[in-house]
Amino acid sequence: MDVIATYALRLGDDSLILGQRLSEWCGHAPALEVDLSLANIALDQVGQATHFLNLAGELEGKGRDGDALAFRRDVMDFTNCLLVEQPNGDFAQTIARQFLFSHYQALLFEQMAAVKDTRFAAIAAKAAKEVAYHATLASDWVIRLGDGTDESKARMVAGLAWVWRFADELFAMDAADAAAIEAGAGVDKSALRGAWDSRVDAVLAEATLARPAPHRATTGGRIGRHSEHLGHLLSEMQFLQRAYPGATW
Amino acid sequence: MYTTDMSGNKKAEVVAEDPEELAAFEARVANDEFIEPKDWMPEAYRKTLVRQMSQHAHSEIVGMLPEGNWISRAPNLRRKAILLAKVQDEGGHGLYLYAAAETLGTSRDEMTEALLSGKAKYSTIFNYPTLTWADIGAIGWLVDGAAIMNQVPLQRTSYGPYARAMVRICKEESFHQRQGYEIMMHLAVGTPEQKRMAQDALNRWWWPSLMMFGPPDEKSPNTAQSMRWRIKRDTNDELRQKFVDITVPQAEAIGLTVPDDKLKWNEERGAYDFGEVDWEEFAAVVRGEGPVAKERLQARQKAWDDGAWVREAARVHAEKRANAKVAAE
Repeated sequence: MDVIATYALRLGDDSLILGQRLSEWCGHAPALEVDLSLANIALDQVGQATHFLNLAGELEGKGRDGDALAFRRDVMDFTNCLLVEQPNGDFAQTIARQFLFSHYQALLFEQMAAVKDTRFAAIAAKAAKEVAYHATLASDWVIRLGDGTDESKARMVAGLAWVWRFADELFAMDAADAAAIEAGAGVDKSALRGAWDSRVDAVLAEATLARPAPHRATTGGRIGRHSEHLGHLLSEMQFLQRAYPGATW
Repeated sequence: MYTTDMSGNKKAEVVAEDPEELAAFEARVANDEFIEPKDWMPEAYRKTLVRQMSQHAHSEIVGMLPEGNWISRAPNLRRKAILLAKVQDEGGHGLYLYAAAETLGTSRDEMTEALLSGKAKYSTIFNYPTLTWADIGAIGWLVDGAAIMNQVPLQRTSYGPYARAMVRICKEESFHQRQGYEIMMHLAVGTPEQKRMAQDALNRWWWPSLMMFGPPDEKSPNTAQSMRWRIKRDTNDELRQKFVDITVPQAEAIGLTVPDDKLKWNEERGAYDFGEVDWEEFAAVVRGEGPVAKERLQARQKAWDDGAWVREAARVHAEKRANAKVAAE
């Protein structure tokens, strides 16, 4: 796969895996309103995944579409960041994951909406509006839970502690990123870190939460080195396509 | 989705009402006027409505579970998005219906507690398991199809908030029914395994779908009262017949066989004759003895219990904010 296709694939995989995780909440959330909003975010992510994975297939030019990419690859070929594959845990852990990721996605898509390559720019422009809402929603919950009861605060602290080690990977750059920037499709993610830090810190302050202690970054997702969680997620997600090869649905 | 009429074994209790007010109320209803939350209404009308609307809302919420069971395994991205949106719609329906029922003076928490304690019921159909992807097609086609039969007339039900909620809900349900049938169409022309899956789903969901219309008319003593009050607009048997007449040709069109050897077109009646529903099974499912009834209630209980700390945190946080605002003023 060429580097630009890989770039689209990574964006698609992030959205796909997060959408899959969030949809696990459907019907089981702490309140009906929360159920609806988590489903909304999941739907937006699945929509973004569809666009980016179809684009990745098109750029690859080997006849694979978004479905082939989503349902017919194994763990080592998935390129999502480790953060999105983390289990939902309790609601605080889900919110912590969403909080870190949505602020990253919001900054990323704001910039990507202005890149030269109109295919990336068009998807990003639509997605930017969606993820801005996700970031607001996640921030509101971080504040509610952080500045709620003793129990909710303890859970929010634990949720953030779980996901914090995966934050650095969001901003890590490699050859595919450099090539995508060069080609007018990509964004310099490392340059987003400062704005991300200040947005995240402002919310944590309002939530009366301390920023988690620095932790050695856990990385590898972009090159197919994942957590043990991803294989189980894929075996469930890909079940029908694997059990009935060649069938259309 | 919608609620099953499960009132067959209970008579409405009689409460003494002011005869003049009652007569004026009955006249308004007979005249097809909407009754609004602040209007006078007989206690039995209020009770019947709370029971029916909360059952309906609970059915939407419990109904998220059997379909939600397949979101993570939907066969492609398009089907995943559609199913997710559909299950989310059911949650939205639950929300409008709880809100409409709250206008009658019962809180959502009270209704939820009644569901979890087993005091309040939900549609019997959701006590059956979704075993294969074809069940998602069958639910949309048959269960939402049956729901539409019941709900279209409810758009003209006498209680204003309920009728208005039903207008919104009906628009979405007809989309749900079409997407379900479309899944079945694809399976029916697919591989032999897919066709087998589709037929198996129809075999399992057909009779429970017919049960959704509730007990036969002669065993539904509250029907007459509910129809006089325009809470209900057609009898259970009328709706069941209508459903059979519409659905059988749809099954034939895609080469599936309805699992009823008594099913036969009756030229004279201009309708299908069909076999007897297993009313003993229906009664057992109403009693809470359906195949996955325990799993469904356990899932709702778990969501409620696991979410308690979140709801409490939101409440405490809102209070802190309100106090801070008062202090600042």
